Formats: sequence, C-alpha cells, structure tokens
Amino acid sequence: MRSELTRFPLVKALLKNRWPQLLVFIVMLAGFLFAILSGFIGTPVGSSNFGIVFVWIAWWAILILVAVPFFGRGWCAVCPIPLPGEWIQRGAILEPPSRKPRWLNLRWPNKLRNIWLQNLTFTLVALFSSVILTTPTVTAIVLAGMLFLAIGMSIVFERRTFCRYICPVGGFIGLYAQAAPLELRVKDKRVCATCKDKPCYNGSQVGYGCPWDVFPGGLTRNTYCGLCMECLRTCLYDNIVVNARPFAADLAKPSTRLDETFKAFIMLGAAMIYAGVLLGPWGALKLAAYSVGTTAWLGYAAAFLALIFGILPAFFTLAVKVGQRLSRASTPQHLFSKFATALVPLGLMFWVAFSLSFVLTNAAYILTALSDPFGWGWNLFGMAGIAWQPYLNALLVPLQTLVLVGGLLWTVRTAQKVGTEVRVSPIPVIVFCTLATLVMLGLLL
Amino acid sequence: MSRKQWFLIIFAGLAGAVIAFAPLPVRVTPPAQRTLRVEANQFAYSPAVLAVNPGDTVTIELVSTDVVHGLYVDGYGVSVTADPGQTTRLTFTADRSGSFRFRCNVTCGALHTFMIGKIQVGSNILLWRALGLTILASLVAIILFPRPAKAQAA
Repeated sequence: MRSELTRFPLVKALLKNRWPQLLVFIVMLAGFLFAILSGFIGTPVGSSNFGIVFVWIAWWAILILVAVPFFGRGWCAVCPIPLPGEWIQRGAILEPPSRKPRWLNLRWPNKLRNIWLQNLTFTLVALFSSVILTTPTVTAIVLAGMLFLAIGMSIVFERRTFCRYICPVGGFIGLYAQAAPLELRVKDKRVCATCKDKPCYNGSQVGYGCPWDVFPGGLTRNTYCGLCMECLRTCLYDNIVVNARPFAADLAKPSTRLDETFKAFIMLGAAMIYAGVLLGPWGALKLAAYSVGTTAWLGYAAAFLALIFGILPAFFTLAVKVGQRLSRASTPQHLFSKFATALVPLGLMFWVAFSLSFVLTNAAYILTALSDPFGWGWNLFGMAGIAWQPYLNALLVPLQTLVLVGGLLWTVRTAQKVGTEVRVSPIPVIVFCTLATLVMLGLLL
Repeated sequence: MSRKQWFLIIFAGLAGAVIAFAPLPVRVTPPAQRTLRVEANQFAYSPAVLAVNPGDTVTIELVSTDVVHGLYVDGYGVSVTADPGQTTRLTFTADRSGSFRFRCNVTCGALHTFMIGKIQVGSNILLWRALGLTILASLVAIILFPRPAKAQAA
C-alpha cells in the first residue's frame, strides 16, 4: 500500500531542483553557525542562550516529534553539518563542476563499515549529556567539532563518510527512519540491473553519485538513505520515486545486524535513564550525571553502560530463549537481532514521550532566546520579558500515556510478525517490552 | 476477522474505557492544614517528594541555601521565589488529585531546567490508569493474535 508522491509534477520539480534545498540548507547553516557563535560569546546561562535553547529544545522537538517519526531521514536531507565539507569535496555548491577537485577520496575501511562507531559516539555524547545540554560553551565545542570533523573527513574520504559512519545523531535517525511513512525507492529493479553507468551511484554531469554510498536499486530499508535526492536528479530512466507508505513498513524485514541491534538497546536504555535522571526528582542523580570526572559520575557512567550494554540485552536474551523453549524451536540464526526489531517502535515512542515532557516544559525559553539570543539584555522581537511557564501542562500526561501505550501495541505487533517469521513465540519478548513500558510510565508520570 | 476477535476488541475497548475514565473509590480524609519545609539548593529540593491529601491547605516554606531559587507547581500554576537564607511561603489548596512536578522557575545555574521535585496529592490515579491500560493492551494483543500462522504449523 504505497502512494507515489513524485507523480505530482510540483513535488517532483521541487525535489529535483537544487535551489529549494539550497535555500533550506543556507537557513540551517546560518542557524547552526549562529548557535555555535552564541555558545562561545553568549551568556553561560543555558536557558537564556540561543545555542542551548535552539539546539536542545527547538531542534530536538522538531527532530524527535516530527522529523524522524514522519519523514525518517528527512532531517539528514537538510542537515547543515556535512555541507561545507561536501562543497569543498565537490568543488561546487550546485551542479557538478567541469573539473573535480583532487582530494584523497579514500574508501572508508571495510572493518568500519557498520554503525559501531556511531554507537560509540552517541554513547559518549549521552554520557556527557548533562554537561553538553546545559553548558553553552560545551554545546558550541561539540557542534564546531562535528562541523570540522565532517570537513576533514570529506577531504580525506569519499562521499559523506561522517554522516554514514560517525555522526552520533545519524545512527539513531537511521534506526527509527525504518518506522517512517516515507521512503525513496526505485520503480523497477530490472531497470537498475540493466543500467550500464549507474549514475545514481557513480554520478554524472547532472548530479553526484550517492553521497551515502548506497545503490538505490538495492534499497530495501530507509536506514542508510539520506533522502538527499541526488539519485532522483541523476537517474536516466526516471526510475526513482518517493513514496508515502504505512508506518514501520521496513520492520517487516527484521535486521540481522548486531550493530543495529545494539543501537536499539542504547536508544531504549538512554531514554529510560534520561527520564529518571533529568526529569525525576532525584537531585543526587542529576549532580552525579553533571559532575564529570568525579567518583559519583563514574558510578553514573558505569550504571549507564551496564544498563544499555548489559542488563537490557541480558534480559532480552533471556526473553528470546524462553520464547524458543516455549516453541520448542531449533535455534534460528540471528534470533536476538531479529526480535530486537520490535524495540524500534518502542524506543521511538519512549523518546517521543520523554521529549514531550522536556520540550513542552521548556518551550517558553524559545521565545525569549529569539529576542535575546546572547543573553545580553536585548529585546529584538519584544518577547525577552515573557515569563517562563510550561505549555499544555494538562495534556502532557494523557499524551504521554497515549504515546507509550500506542508504542507498546505497535511493538507487540512487530514482535508477533518477527515471531511468525522465525517460528518462535514472541510472548516473552512482549512481556519484556511491557515491563519496560511500565518502568517508563513510572518514571515519567 | 472472526466474531470471537471482534468480541474481544469490543470487550477490550470497553475495559480500556473503564480503566481510563471510571471514577475510583477515594479514601476521604478530612482536609487539614499542612506546612511543609522545602530546602532548595543547586539543583535539588529536599525533600524532593511531598505527599498531601486532596483538599488539604498546603503551605510550602521554601528555603534557599545557596542562590535564588523558585518553586512552580505544575497543574496548579502557583509559584514562589526565595532569596538565599530567606524563607518564603506559598499557600494553596490541593484540590486536584495526582502527581505533579514542581520545578525551579528562577534561572539558578547549569541544571536549572532539570531542578525538579514532586508533590503527590492523594494517590497517583493517572499513573495507575496508565499502568492498567498498558497491561490491558499487552494482554489483548497477545490473546487476539496468540500464535502466528507459521508458528502454529511449526
């Protein structure tokens, strides 16, 4: 059940033309650079600094509540971080130049062609998040670091190596993009098979080869397609389409990759830890998470790592094993990873529920930071004096309940479909997911 | 879908509506005056969790031990601010049951936005309803789709 969006001439023209995307890119890049600048020169008070407020409240709200659930990697299509590096790598901003610049253009090492490094970078950011989220200078250093790393990697390696293998955000966007009701695919795979030059992958005079190192003809999941639309521009046979589709269509083909499986555990565990530490009433936990380098922080970090890499996977393994026993099944391959597909909708909904609370409570800071981005006492739009207050407070608990219960139902269906495929009872996995949801409800409500 | 499955869906819908909306028996305690002393320092309240009964007239004595702190009660929309070393009072009638966050509403440092406490007015009925709905949803899904077709064959 798919509906081709690119059959509408206006949609197709907007996606093929480089100018609309460039305009969005320029706005995003300007905002990104301004966030870095305000982090360095603005007030050290996080809730009054544009960098903190726009990155961790406004951008995060858009990303996790809208962009990822509905557009998958839609954010990656307009993300400003790889832009300067990509422009340098290509020697052009729009169409390919007549003479390509001579950079090293190396292939990323085969052993690192997975998302383990992204798991590591996300875990590192998560471990230091209490400081990053609240200290403008640290946020600015992290953002600038990502920008310069992306530039450096564009000069040394081919394509968007930073986005594909390093970006801490890109990893989880890819995981949850599988649940989005939007996809880029080919119309007819036979056309791709007979296409000689494969300009979608290798590039041509009218466009660049896939920056994400993906051959569109082989796309079956959203995970690594950055929706940059280059293939739509380069395809000689008009064989690339953007479809609206049912939610979670990709989850019908469970992943067998352990790096993706652990990404699901990292995201699930991090959402639970954040709900407890950041939104809970336990001051000692917050201080431990903030006091980087102290014994308390080491304890926090150890607990964090133990939960996401030890406790959750261990209980999940137990659930899978019990399911196997119940079904008297042999040991199908990749059972652990396949069942972990069910954690994709669960984790996404955990993050939505967590973010609703965080974002609605702190959204008032967006208006004041717009009027006084550096915290210098400006009042550009007359909103600097708006008093802080939480928004939609009465709706928060019902919304979170709806999201978490809905997420669990979605997870249960996913687990049941995986169970059908591998012929193993999904009930223990469903019990695991139900218990995780109960814990999350207890932490948030 | 079979008649049995339709019956189960309708039953689950009704059960869900009951769990979500049915009035629950409430233990009636005569309203009382309660004064609770809350110390605030970067970035925690002590005690962090307060418990009162529905209908109580609650006075929170806020004492800040380091910088200026505030206390805003979600759901009630009332707040108070305390300068270091001073005690200020906030009085309100706890006429809504449930669990409500209270949080600092005066920028007080790095973790200001996460300086949070909880006040529990009676029992946290919304949480119990949510837990009930979660268990119901899980059970219904398991019963409705007990074993996938291929698994049965196996």
